Amino acid sequence: MGSGRLYLTVAAGGFRRYATYRLATAAGVFTNTVFGVILVYTYLALWDEKPHLGGYDQAQAVTYVWLGQCLYATLAIQGGGAEKDLMERIRTGEIAVDLYRPADLQLWWMAGDMGRALFQMLGRGVVPFLFGALFFPMALPTAVTPWAAFVITLLLAAVVSFAIRYLAALSVFWLMDGMGVNQALMITGIFFSGMVLPLNAFPGVLGEIVRALPWAAQIQMPADVLMGETAPLGAFAFQAAWAVALLAAGRLLQSVATRRVVVQGG
Amino acid sequence: MRDEDVFIELDGVEKVFEVRRKTGFMKRERRTVRAVDSISFRVARGEMVGYIGPNGAGKSTTIKMLTGILTPSGGRLRVAGIDPSRERTRLAHRIGVVFGQRTTLWWDLPLIDSYKLMHRMYRIPDARYRENLDRLVELLDLGDLLDVPVRQLSLGQRMRGDIAAALLHDPEVLYLDEPTIGLDVISKAKVRDFLRELNTERGTTVLLTTHDLQDIEQLCSRVMVIDHGRMMYDGPLAGLHEVGESERTLVVDLERELPPIEAPPARVVKVEGPRQWLAFPAAESAAVLVARIAAEYPLVDLSVREPDIEAVIAKMYAEQADRAERAIS
Amino acid sequence: MAERSALLEGLRAYRLIAGMWVRSSMTYRTSFAVTVLGNLMVTGLDFVAILLMFSQVDSLGGWSLPEIALLYGLSATSFGLADLVLGSMDVLGGRMRDGSFDTLLVRPAPVLAQIGADHFALRRLGRITQGALVLGWALVSVEVEWTAGKVLLVPLMLVSGAAIFCAFFVAGAAFQILAQDAAEVQNAFTYGGTTLLQYPPTVFGKDLVRGVTFMLPLAFVNWVPAAYVLGRPYPLALPSWTAFVSPLVAVACCALAGLAWRAGLRSYRSTGS
Repeated sequence: MGSGRLYLTVAAGGFRRYATYRLATAAGVFTNTVFGVILVYTYLALWDEKPHLGGYDQAQAVTYVWLGQCLYATLAIQGGGAEKDLMERIRTGEIAVDLYRPADLQLWWMAGDMGRALFQMLGRGVVPFLFGALFFPMALPTAVTPWAAFVITLLLAAVVSFAIRYLAALSVFWLMDGMGVNQALMITGIFFSGMVLPLNAFPGVLGEIVRALPWAAQIQMPADVLMGETAPLGAFAFQAAWAVALLAAGRLLQSVATRRVVVQGG
Repeated sequence: MRDEDVFIELDGVEKVFEVRRKTGFMKRERRTVRAVDSISFRVARGEMVGYIGPNGAGKSTTIKMLTGILTPSGGRLRVAGIDPSRERTRLAHRIGVVFGQRTTLWWDLPLIDSYKLMHRMYRIPDARYRENLDRLVELLDLGDLLDVPVRQLSLGQRMRGDIAAALLHDPEVLYLDEPTIGLDVISKAKVRDFLRELNTERGTTVLLTTHDLQDIEQLCSRVMVIDHGRMMYDGPLAGLHEVGESERTLVVDLERELPPIEAPPARVVKVEGPRQWLAFPAAESAAVLVARIAAEYPLVDLSVREPDIEAVIAKMYAEQADRAERAIS
Repeated sequence: MAERSALLEGLRAYRLIAGMWVRSSMTYRTSFAVTVLGNLMVTGLDFVAILLMFSQVDSLGGWSLPEIALLYGLSATSFGLADLVLGSMDVLGGRMRDGSFDTLLVRPAPVLAQIGADHFALRRLGRITQGALVLGWALVSVEVEWTAGKVLLVPLMLVSGAAIFCAFFVAGAAFQILAQDAAEVQNAFTYGGTTLLQYPPTVFGKDLVRGVTFMLPLAFVNWVPAAYVLGRPYPLALPSWTAFVSPLVAVACCALAGLAWRAGLRSYRSTGS
């Protein structure tokens, strides 16, 4: 089997694993929709008070909300993707088995997480987004190009999201317990991805900082590309730069960590 | 059995479930399943009864009705004169339950903490609690384990711990669901010894479900077989072997390849090099057979395989069908 | 009499089991400390969002920051109390799937008390602490002429609000008996509810406000009584006495949730699933 096909199989496995929980998925769709409605109203009030906040009009703010709900599970904004299983395997020592597999550890886990993300997107993300589009005014492009660019940013967003969580998961090699790391992932994920407020609406220097952090690649960039608020190529470059940097860091940490395992004898 | 001795009483008890089965994408089919189909039996105070049958036969459903977890769909059911489904908490004080594959002990806490919880939850008088705890700790060999967190106990230790937890409040009846499943030989023996002692010394009524015929052989004078929700057999174990005409298998390893061993009523069913398989009626003594073979053949090693319950029941079925056919023609 | 003793039995069993969980969590001390801190921070993010909004505007839906902080503090604290008491009921679905739910049914204690105390976790004090801090700040910052009635309303809101959220948790648990995998639906009403109430009713559409007033009476956790305290118009122009009916609403919610739980348990015991 070619290595490309191997990772495709792993990704398909990730997809199927989440696809088995149909009722749980339906429950998630419902919850995301309810939260979307609540957020939309608060954003509308905010943009009513201060039109063009962060360069968005009301319809764009609404679009941002529903995109956030769509990507919330897809990008595992508050954790709960492949990194959860990885942490558990490191904690229990089962990771040693993975190391002997004739496959790249990072790619293996990334493939699985991509499969999961695709399912979460289709199964859990699309319906709330359509609901939003149906009942609230949204700023969606009619041309094909922005949608095509949007798909590319989504893919890059998924890679950045995985790279962040992969790094966090590897820390368990040293901490031996994922509890604190999970909490940190959750807090940073929710805040810096712009789940509480679009990053372009953050004030002053804080805004400058959060827009430069890798989490900005997750919701803000896809939203801005979709709504034509930023040049796609610049967004791709920003996302790709973070993706490469974080994946490289993950690789480095992984080699240090696995050397530890090998030295300790598994 | 005299009326006043009757402790557990079932009259035409039924449990009907409605299950929805997936028949295609988004399509579901409803159908009813009779998990327990008009079962009647009585168990006297102080009896030890084995309740056996293949997976999905209705064993667990029966136990769940006896303990008040499930409400029967029909029929009459009494335990110690109490209707379990109506007076679940009152009955709880009088019964003990051990679910073989699910511990009720507190995973992260020392074993003794789970017992302290039972002490207070069941409102066991202090003196009685201490007396029972001491006795159970001694009989179940738990002395060194009381301060060990449950997650560090082996499966066998945990099972003994669970049995003790179910008995601290002096229940009149103990239900055990697969008490020896997954245990090693020594742990199995310890559990069986204890149950025998509990039944003979304290007169506790015991009802156990199991897949292991040896549990039944060593413990129960009476066995009930259930399949497809119906009672197939109720009587002594020996009778079950007669009904099922079941056979045990003796596997012998000889020093070298030899022609099939001749030792009637056993007959050789398979030969593989120096190893031979002999089938013999389950009611026959294996010891006598082994002695005879050892006297005549160069024996290296041997083992006896018990007939499994599924096989016994399969035979029972075949015979019933046979009889029914004969009755028609 | 029988009802009363069942209640006392339930509380006793709850105390016993919750105590066991606290002791269990204390065996992992560092994790415990980390999760308390994390809980405090995660729940604080909601308020940080409000602060961020107010860094850009002076009012939201016509309400000032201290006024919204009052709504927030009341909602977060009462939800935090309910979350501490019954917040782990979403493990029920899992317990039914793995069969351990049955072990609770053979104990001489009410099942609701046992499942309510399941996975009891003191780390949830984080949310209460955070909510109470915001509430404290709001109470000294809002411009209100305090009367005895208004002062009394504050603790009354917290207790009634906690009871209303508890009823939501119990109803959610009853729903889980029917749909074991759908535990997350409950989050829409509990977490969604407390988020909704952190913002003033003027922000939301009329139909939504009607829904959370008459159908799911969340409005009585804080919106209606807080309108009285702050001297603001009531949502949906409700009559003024409605500011004081929160305890009654809470009792009604709890009664309905209790009935739903009983029905759910009965259905489990007759269907086995």
